Parts: sequence; C-alpha cells; structure tokens
Amino acid sequence: MTKPKVAFNWASSCGGCEIAILELGTKLLDLRDKVDIVFWPAAFDFKYSDVEAMADKDIDVTFFNGAIQNSENEHVAKLLRTKSKLLVAFGACAYGGGIPALANTTNREQVFKRIYKETPTTENPNEVYPKAKVEMKEGELTIPEFYSTVKTLDQTVDVDYYVPGCPPVAQQVSNVIDVFITGDLPAKGSVLGAKNKSLCHECKRVKGDRKITKLVRTYQTLPDPEKCMLEQGIICMGPATRGGCGAECLNANMPCRGCYGALPNVIDQGGKMLSALSSIFGVDSEEEIAKLVEQVADPIGTFYRYSLARSLMRRTRT
Amino acid sequence: MKSVTINPVTRLEGHGKISIFLNDLGDVENAYFQVPELRGFEKFCEGRPVEEMPDITSRICGVCPEAHHIAATKTLDAVFHVDPPAAAKKVRELLYSAFIVADHTTHFYILSGPDFIMGPTAPKAERNILSVIAKVGRDVGTSVIKHRSEALDVIAMIGGRRVHPTCGVPGGVSKPITESERTRMQEIAQSEVEFAKFTLKLFDEVVLGNKEYVDLITSNMYATTTYYMGTVDEQNRVSFYDGKIRVVDPEGKEFAKFPAADYQQHIAELVEPYTYLKYPYLKKVGWKGLVGGMDSGVYRATPLARLNVSDGMATPVAQEEYKRMYETLGGKPIHSTLATHWARLIELVYAAERMLELSRDPEITNPNVRTIPTAVPDEGVGAVEAPRGTLFHHYKTDNKGMVKNVNLIVATTNNHAAISMSIKQAAQGLIRNGQVSDGILNKVEMAFRAYDPCYACATHALPGQMPLDVKIYKKDGTLLQNLRRP
Repeated sequence: MTKPKVAFNWASSCGGCEIAILELGTKLLDLRDKVDIVFWPAAFDFKYSDVEAMADKDIDVTFFNGAIQNSENEHVAKLLRTKSKLLVAFGACAYGGGIPALANTTNREQVFKRIYKETPTTENPNEVYPKAKVEMKEGELTIPEFYSTVKTLDQTVDVDYYVPGCPPVAQQVSNVIDVFITGDLPAKGSVLGAKNKSLCHECKRVKGDRKITKLVRTYQTLPDPEKCMLEQGIICMGPATRGGCGAECLNANMPCRGCYGALPNVIDQGGKMLSALSSIFGVDSEEEIAKLVEQVADPIGTFYRYSLARSLMRRTRT
Repeated sequence: MKSVTINPVTRLEGHGKISIFLNDLGDVENAYFQVPELRGFEKFCEGRPVEEMPDITSRICGVCPEAHHIAATKTLDAVFHVDPPAAAKKVRELLYSAFIVADHTTHFYILSGPDFIMGPTAPKAERNILSVIAKVGRDVGTSVIKHRSEALDVIAMIGGRRVHPTCGVPGGVSKPITESERTRMQEIAQSEVEFAKFTLKLFDEVVLGNKEYVDLITSNMYATTTYYMGTVDEQNRVSFYDGKIRVVDPEGKEFAKFPAADYQQHIAELVEPYTYLKYPYLKKVGWKGLVGGMDSGVYRATPLARLNVSDGMATPVAQEEYKRMYETLGGKPIHSTLATHWARLIELVYAAERMLELSRDPEITNPNVRTIPTAVPDEGVGAVEAPRGTLFHHYKTDNKGMVKNVNLIVATTNNHAAISMSIKQAAQGLIRNGQVSDGILNKVEMAFRAYDPCYACATHALPGQMPLDVKIYKKDGTLLQNLRRP
C-alpha cells in the first residue's frame, strides 16, 4: 500500500496549530512512517515551487491552518486546493476566522493608522505606510497586500473537512490524522476532531436550573470551581460551543470562550449563545432580550471571539 | 544593478524575506530584511473588555503565548491598580520559568543545536535534529522530548492548557496549586535542573572544546556593537517575570534604568514602507539608520543582552556559568551575536533552578491567589522578558474597563534593526565582485538564527534547518545563478 501524501500549511495565525502537531511528540515520528509528508514549510524544506511543480490533486490531504488575511494567504490556499484531493481547514482561524477575524470589526485604513501613526511610541511625521510594492533607490521591493476583511478558508476555496480549536488539542489531532490513515472518511463537509454535543456535556461543573438576573465579568468575582459558570452570572460559551477539548479552560476555573466553534447544524455561534443566555435569564420577548444584550460588555467580541468571519454578520460596517 | 533575493529566511515561506542589491562592481550596495505579515491586534483589541486581553493577545504567538499571556495579565494589574497576593505572583513566575525552560530547550536542541553539534561544515543533510540525536545518542533525544513535554505539563497544571494557557486575571491567577500538583512540579523541576546542567556540559564539550567554534563565536563577522536592554531585579540580576528595565551602552555602562510604565520615554519606533514591522530604537539616542555604535539608537534585547545588562544571575549554578562565560570571552559586554547561544543556556539553567526554588516555596500552595480589584480601571503598562527580548503591553480603558487604546512592542521587534544589520554584514562579508559564495546560505542563516527570531513562530520546529533560496538576477531580469539549500 502506498503511503498517503500529506501537506501542512499555515496562513494568518499564531503558529499554535503547528505546535499542536508537534505536541504529538514521539507519535510524530511514527507519523512519518505512516504518511509521506510532501509539504510542511514549518518543519521540512519544501518550497511553493515544489508544490507548483506537482500534478493537480497529487497531494492526498492538506491540513491548512490560519485565516485568509493577505494576498499571499489567498494565493497559497488556491494553489494547495488545486494540488490536493482533500483540503482540511485545521484550527479555529481556517475554520471560523479565529482571533485574526476580530479585525473584521475594523478595516485596513484604521489598522494602518493606529499601528503606523497613532501608537504612542511611533515617530512617523511623514506618514509613511507599508505598501505592497515600493521603489527603493536600489530597486523594487514587494510584500503581500493586507486585506480589510479576514476570510475563512472555505470563503476562499472549496473545503472538504473542518477541525476546530485554538489550537486543536493533541488527542484530537491524533484522532483526525488516524481518520486519514485508515481512509474511513465521513461525508464531505464534516467537522472532525470534535464532539457533536456541546461543551457542557463534558464539563464537570454542577448545573442546576438556577435562573440568573445579572451578569458579572471574570475580574469581578471568584467563581466557585464546582458550579456552572453561567449560573454564577459569568458568560461561558459552553452551551453554544462544540465539545471535544476536555473543558480545559473550565478546569482552570475560567469560562469557555468558544474556540471549538458552533454546534452541529448551527450556522451562527453567537446567535445560539444569545438564545442560550435568554433561556438562562428566563426571558423571551425581544425587548427583554435587547436589555440582556445591553448587559453583555462586548457582544461581538464575546459571542464571536473565534468565529466572526464565519458568522452571518461576517464583519461590522466601518 | 543585480539583486539577490533570499526567500524565505525562516522555514516558512512568506514570513520573512531578504533582498540584497549589488552595485556595478558587484559588491553589496544594500540588503533589506522584510516582514510581510500583519494582523492588527493594536486596532482590533479596541472595544474588547480589558480582562479578555490575556486570552486574545496570547494568539499573537502560538510558540510563546505564555509571554503575551503574562505580560497582558501584569498590564491588567496596572490597569486595575491591584496588587496580587504574594502566592499569585509566585504561581505566575513558576509558570513563566517552566515556559522559559521549554522554549530555550526547544531552541537549543532543535533549532540552533544542529549548527554546533554537527558542525558548521557538516553536510547539510546532517544538519538536523535527527542527526543530532544520532550523534549524541537516542537517550538524549528522548530526554529532550521528555523535558520539553514535562515543562509544558507544569504550564498546563497552572494555566489549564498546554498551548494558550488561561489562568491570568487582574490581581492574581484563576486557581491555586494543590499539594499533589506541587509535589509533581518539584519532581519535574529537579529533573529540569539536571537536564539544563547536562545541556551546558554538552555545549562545553562540543562547542567550547573546539577551537574552530570558539573562533567562529569571536569572529568579527558576527560581532555587532549596539546598546543592550533587559529586565533586572533589585540587585541587577537577570529577571524574567518582573523588575526594572536596564539599558547599557556599547561599552557596558548603564545608560538607563526604568520601570516598564516609563517605556515611552525610552523607546520610539520607525516605519519603513517595505516591511510591516516597525524598527524600535532608543529615543534618547535617536535613529541614525541601520548602524551600530554609541551614537546609534539601535539596541538588542536577547539572552545575551539580558546577561550584558545584568550584574549576575540569582541562582547558584547559573551564576557560576555566568562568571565563566565572561571570563572566557573577555569581559562585558559581549558583542558577538553567536555568544547568544551560550547566554541562552545559562538562562536555561537559571529558569530551571528558579522553577525548583518556587516549587519548594511553602507559599506556592497558598489558596489565596486573587485580589478582586476595586479601583476604577484606566491605564497600565506591563512587561516581561520573553525568550526573545523585552515584551511591552500598554492598554488604556474607559471607566468600565473597555479597551480604548493598545500599544505593543513585541519581543523580536526590539531586535529588528540589529537582525537587519547582522544580515547585511554577513552579505557584505561574503559577496564580492558579483561572486556569491555558497557559504552565504549558511552564514546568513547563522547570523539570523542566533536571535531565535519569532516572526514565523515555527522557526522552532523540526528539523532545525532553514531552506534558503538565493536568486541572483542580472539587471535585465534574467536568472544568472540559483543557489538552493535543499
């Protein structure tokens, strides 16, 4: 049996998904016996030109992490789509936009103005800004074009499977890789490496049916480590988030921030969270729900922390 | 004019690029180092609840999330004017020490180790971690994986997660350490200390025992004369978690010593149109371009910089090693970029010893690890020593604690000018009359790698070798030569 050809790539992300793969530890060495790694810029010496030289669909499966935030991210996504039989959006950024997609609450001009002009340490009286193409006295220099709107991988190219998490936990990475080694593939579009139930199902905290009337922010209170965060008035994304991570944040006495993305058959993670919150508040009229939203310090940054690019809203007007 | 492009300089395409321009004589006219990536944290964090910043900013870097997490958490203490209980500070520092151990271990064995252990003239196919393991023994390889992983176990016990820990809150940490966790942490720390000592011994035997390497470390091609920056404790000893920031001049004299909150008086940043990364410099010296020396505001913030600004190390074995390094290399400050590797291992020993001290501290299991803030939040600065240099976070909020403004000076950024200079220096030393030596691939890489640059984060990954693609074009655009490092 020939070994499957596998590629890894990263776009706009922090590199944590690469570390998640390294977290396989000694199992990573076994992986090298089971698959033929044909492209992994973080770890092996392959170039884009090597990929360009491949026949179309030569790669069996590509794991792509990171959102699409500049022209190079887009170019590589399209290239790897052409060369791969299967393309997997790996991690929260490729899946839902992740933290970089919070940039969809602003735009390129505002980002540039803040970073290159307004920050207190920046000295830029001539208002110099980075440009995709610049003529220096010695010749031309180029850098990729920065986009105003961050996109998910599947808003850029066709995607076969999704792996959520920021980053995906090691055990789930291992499970996902096993799926491709055994070749026992689920339906196209499936989410792999996560559970089909909400995080609450694997959270050990005791949940009553207490209704709450007031929200508190994490810095304002010492949460009881045994009780449901929401029932203590702390926003926890658990009810609107897929399980599979082992509720690690909850075990550290911090609430879930939703990095494993929306539940099955839910398009909008934030919308689902709002309905979960309405229920725990015991409110259902539009007016009451509007009042509830007013209590949430930052609805967009809380309900869509890791999934703004994938939400119905995608971006806010700026 | 000919141009030479090295793309990528890290193992990751598109995350770092060098363009070298030759003049009509074929000598190096100029070299540009470009960082082609931007995400925009300073803008999109506006409007977020400030207490969420440790969670959000740790996503700046998945390799060193602990540095951002803890810097953000310290900034929250300042924003909310709250002083955490003593135990909470110790718990944070224990997590941080474990992080430095994991990060420095990874760098030495996986990234820079192959240069030294296999030798700078070894066949390229042998310059990777697998060959290192073959040379030093499989037991050592297993030990590297074990010690890196166990340091991450400590991080996960405190911060909940192995990547992107989540324990930082204003006024403390989210949960205390239990006695059984403490016992396990102490066992791990003991083993880390022995491992760190072993690593220094290995460096001694393989590198310092070999005149060829010592000559390389002390050669002029790798020496850059700059100011240095690092955090020190009350006795001017190296400190990662907290202290004052000290700057020494190129002769080693104290130039400035300031609390993090005063950073704006000392650091300014320049913008260039060809790169997304700014160039920080010492404001009181001024920007004189990409040059070193007393009149140029270029500074470095690296393991070597931290040792250069300090009077010693706070733990016994590290202190002995600190003295030995300066005795061997002829006193302070050391300007040789390659000595950064030695300095990093002395820091590894310190971090492991500090881990052990903290894990034995009777207060470390004190359940009182949080002070709930009561003051109105407004503004704060927090800094830590990240593995790659001093890291500053600065937030302003409204009176409800919603973020209004953010400024960040990320660790590697401090070294942006110096890295650019080191690259240009290596290129100038190796390219003459249009003759591009094959050695430039390796030599430029060694200059770059000493900084452990985190532009691409995954410069830490296997197998410790960067692919370099040097293309030399004639003025008419046709390819003259293509040197590739496979």
